[in-house]
Amino acid sequence: MNDIKAAFKNGKAFIPFVTAGDPDLETTEKLLIEMSKNGADIIEIGIPFSDPIAEGVVIQEADLRSLKGGTTTDKIFDMVEKIRPQVQCALAVMTYMNPIFVYGTDKFMKRCAECNISAVIVPDTPFEEKQELAPYAEKYGIDVISLIAPTSHDRIKMIAKEAQGFVYCVSSMGVTGVRSEITTDIGEMVRLVRSVSDIPCAVGFGISTPEQAKKMAEYADGVIVGSAIVKIVAKYGRDSVEPVVEYVRSMKEAIS
Amino acid sequence: MSKGKFGIHGGQFVPETLMNAVNEFEEAYNKYKNDPEFVEELNTLLREYAGRPSLLYYAEKMTKDLGGAKIYLKREDLNHTGSHKINNCLGQCLLAQKMGKTRVIAETGAGQHGVATATAAALLGMECEIFMGKEDTVRQALNVYRMRLLGAKVNAVETGTMTLKDAVNEAMREWTNRVSDTHYVLGSVMGPHPFPTVVRDFQSVIGKEIKSQLMEKEGRLPDAVIACVGGGSNAMGAFYDFINEKDVALIGCEAAGLGVDNTKNAATIANGTLGIFHGMKSYFCQNEYGQIAPVYSISAGLDYPGIGPEHANLHDTGRAQYVPVTDDEAVDAFEYLSRTEGIIPAIESAHAVAYCKKLAPTMDKDKIIVVNLSGRGDKDVAAIARYRGENIYE
Repeated sequence: MNDIKAAFKNGKAFIPFVTAGDPDLETTEKLLIEMSKNGADIIEIGIPFSDPIAEGVVIQEADLRSLKGGTTTDKIFDMVEKIRPQVQCALAVMTYMNPIFVYGTDKFMKRCAECNISAVIVPDTPFEEKQELAPYAEKYGIDVISLIAPTSHDRIKMIAKEAQGFVYCVSSMGVTGVRSEITTDIGEMVRLVRSVSDIPCAVGFGISTPEQAKKMAEYADGVIVGSAIVKIVAKYGRDSVEPVVEYVRSMKEAIS
Repeated sequence: MSKGKFGIHGGQFVPETLMNAVNEFEEAYNKYKNDPEFVEELNTLLREYAGRPSLLYYAEKMTKDLGGAKIYLKREDLNHTGSHKINNCLGQCLLAQKMGKTRVIAETGAGQHGVATATAAALLGMECEIFMGKEDTVRQALNVYRMRLLGAKVNAVETGTMTLKDAVNEAMREWTNRVSDTHYVLGSVMGPHPFPTVVRDFQSVIGKEIKSQLMEKEGRLPDAVIACVGGGSNAMGAFYDFINEKDVALIGCEAAGLGVDNTKNAATIANGTLGIFHGMKSYFCQNEYGQIAPVYSISAGLDYPGIGPEHANLHDTGRAQYVPVTDDEAVDAFEYLSRTEGIIPAIESAHAVAYCKKLAPTMDKDKIIVVNLSGRGDKDVAAIARYRGENIYE
């Protein structure tokens, strides 16, 4: 059983996201270690991109802060490799196609494997373009996570049939960011996935409160939270470890 | 399966949320592009509203002054709204209407595509929202007001470098937010399939007209077609009908800003590397980690860090040649054409005029060059005055 599958064996999975290098890589190190000890089942490590078209303002700004601070893909991999023994959960990276492609997709997947990163999430690379990633990911045993959206409808079965790791259910239209209400019929999305595959489904985009997380967990196997955590990091900077850990704990409790 | 490939370039690198929208757009385009009623409707708009065909003008004074090849100017600057952009906007807005969309959104750099989209939307009774980098809303304040006059809402984009690429980012984000009633009128031969193909087809009227007009005047094809290239829509439109005419040289002029050796330029073919961004695989100005570079050109319309995938392929195969033209050369050409022919070109189009000035004297007098004059320069007059040290503001 790989790390991603294992992450869903322990009740509903809580999947926090952080932008690597925001405010600096030392803080990211601590966040990864401490979140893994306090309820994270998988952590999504965001490799910053200059033009993240699927992100709302909160993560856009985190990406720019990180890049301005001199963060690079190599520095992120080196950091993860160094602290990996202390991180007690599965890891995934989330970034855009260009940083992977320009780094060299083969080399990127190789570095993921060396860092014991189990999966990649690339929101601007849909099903039709997955050959850009799949052959390289397969070579190193990395899962390419598929996303499904409220507009996917008849595409869901096609996508789910070939999905690896877990299916990322995009809860809402638009970009990432905190939302007061989620109106999409997540249950129906999950049901369509289930009709062709027993792969776990995790819901992301817009979730910030324990109440929302609890509600989403009724339909899905896991809950992904990004902007709400990045907001805490933006507010507390180098002192964000404690408030983030507290938040992660409360979210994991809410879905347990 | 990846679609919309030009050699290794192109594809559909967009979020899953948009996949059904781009697929529906492709289906609608395939359905209507050969539909006689749609074609007639569009041709009527192009003729009666946009003023097509645009003139192919023999620039006699320029020809004599340069002393080489005979120079013709394709006068896209005479179209309604003052540039070639209207060709694509009428096509896409009409198509969007057929698809049942009631709202269009678009990005704009200098404002020409924004104005053309707002114009088409006003004519067809559609709601319109334009995304424009905050820097550009300041540089082109008059165009912002013009779009508002036409009934469009203009959003100043304050993310990233606050220029054209950020306007594209924000328009894409808005499209993922509201896709059911909204069509994104992409302004150039870029983005995810089918945009590069659709925009090229709507702009290919330029090359078709050049061909038949020159045939009538000279009884032959040109030896070279020159056009400026940012994303590359006017160039692709001018080139397309000549791709299979191997004796016609196709030359795209990129914005070299302060020079290709300076970091302040937007010359994607000269300085870019292969990447995947804004929905397509193509060449981009970027660093070794794939972070998109801030680019610079005096021309807001060429101030873009990428190039359309079909151009990237024409470069790979050697069918077209791409040359860098600096701010200085473009401004010289802007002034030259104004005083020589009494035609004030857009600063974008002045890049093509600048290269023509270099090329024409090297060619024999029996050769013919066509320069695509993609837009008029009224919008640039104040900026050029400032470039020359005169403190004029709009």
